[in-house]
Amino acid sequence: MNLTLKIWRQPDATSAGAMHTYELSEVSPDMSFLEMLDVLNEQLNDKGEEPIAFDSDCREGICGTCGLMINGEAHGPEVTTTCQLHMRSFSDGETITIEPWRSDAFPVVKDLIVDRSAFDRIIQQGGYISVNTGSAPEAHSVPVPRDDAMRAFNVATCIGCGACVAACPNGSASLFMGAKITHLGELPQGQPERDSRVVNMVAQHDHEGFGGCTNIGACTAACPKEIPLDVISQLNKDLRTAIKHGH
Amino acid sequence: MKGARASRTTIALKLGMAISGIIFLGFVLAHMYGNLKAFAGHNAFNEYAEHLREIGEPMLPHEGLLWILRVGLIAALVVHVYCAVVLWRRAARARTTKYVVKKQTGATRASLLMRWGGLTIFLFLVWHLLNFTIGKVNVQGGATNDPYNLLVDTFDVWWLTLIYIAAMLALGAHLHHGVWSAAQTLGWTGTAAKRQRAKTVGFVIALIVTVGFSLVPLGVLAGVITK
Repeated sequence: MNLTLKIWRQPDATSAGAMHTYELSEVSPDMSFLEMLDVLNEQLNDKGEEPIAFDSDCREGICGTCGLMINGEAHGPEVTTTCQLHMRSFSDGETITIEPWRSDAFPVVKDLIVDRSAFDRIIQQGGYISVNTGSAPEAHSVPVPRDDAMRAFNVATCIGCGACVAACPNGSASLFMGAKITHLGELPQGQPERDSRVVNMVAQHDHEGFGGCTNIGACTAACPKEIPLDVISQLNKDLRTAIKHGH
Repeated sequence: MKGARASRTTIALKLGMAISGIIFLGFVLAHMYGNLKAFAGHNAFNEYAEHLREIGEPMLPHEGLLWILRVGLIAALVVHVYCAVVLWRRAARARTTKYVVKKQTGATRASLLMRWGGLTIFLFLVWHLLNFTIGKVNVQGGATNDPYNLLVDTFDVWWLTLIYIAAMLALGAHLHHGVWSAAQTLGWTGTAAKRQRAKTVGFVIALIVTVGFSLVPLGVLAGVITK
């Protein structure tokens, strides 16, 4: 495959960036998207140019480190992470535009790398349960209905990649928060901090400069883990309940 | 966050949008019912209009209930517009560097039109009140103190009907997304089935409102509703 790549280049957080065009030939359709960028970087290295900086870690679709805006879609045209996207999803001769996640809460560090520590700070506000350490309690002493456990498991698959924010026309992180709120809210261990969790997490979300949700649904379409939109309903319901409880 | 208040969050603003929106929906459906009285003729329509002003008498003064409803609607408008402006500005600040290429995968056209569509409806509202309530403009120069005749004189003019129907399409698009969005904001759509139901209800309400309101001006143009 021969490709024309239009890629955002930005030397550092404070410098201005711009789109640069690269031609890449003999790309195998079996390559992953990141392997394709690796090949491009090897060529840039050979020419003595600065390679393109992008995030990646596990390359198995489970860590949430990689994430690129590919032709206007977060993680590209398939429902998966960028590392699990393959070049067979593109056609020979295609022009591919590659940009970093665009969100003022995710500032660009370099080229295609953004700083997603805003997500960490949201999690620090309530994405946990407080339990004393010690010997693990007997697992069957706290029964969890199967449906609740399944819902909690399904939304706990969120890898925090930020595709929801990148895809959202409002730059909202509601799907990310909703996943965590639902995950912990479905389980008995999540109940004691349920009200303060939602209020603190949403307040931090707003403080970081993410936008408000307008229920468009672009987030769930972009989510590589297919987190459903009903977690945002759960998020809203939990916040409404917290208001009722005087938070 | 120290001192975080649930009522100060973006979700609280969304709740404001949802609740004020539901108030508007109730008004719009009642208004549509009243409009359809035009098909019952001059006297039925004008009696309905007059009766609106007499509800609750003598317990309430003349136009008493009407003014209570109007104050409620104005309050809902203030809340709806205030929340929308704050959220719109937040969204604009959340992404100051735009994408070179951006696809709206997973989004309906109606969901992307909420803000500009809402502004369109607001501008129409101003014109509509000048036309029928505050200013009572009769572009044909006829009487303005007779609601039925004012209605017929107005919609006999094709471009006034066109403006009206364009506004009703904007309202329909707004409700198509707005109704389901309000249900989601209120936390009523916790499963895929409930979400689908809310979207269906939103579409049906949008259809009823757009068609229901458009019938009267089209009826005038077609000569079904005449003086």
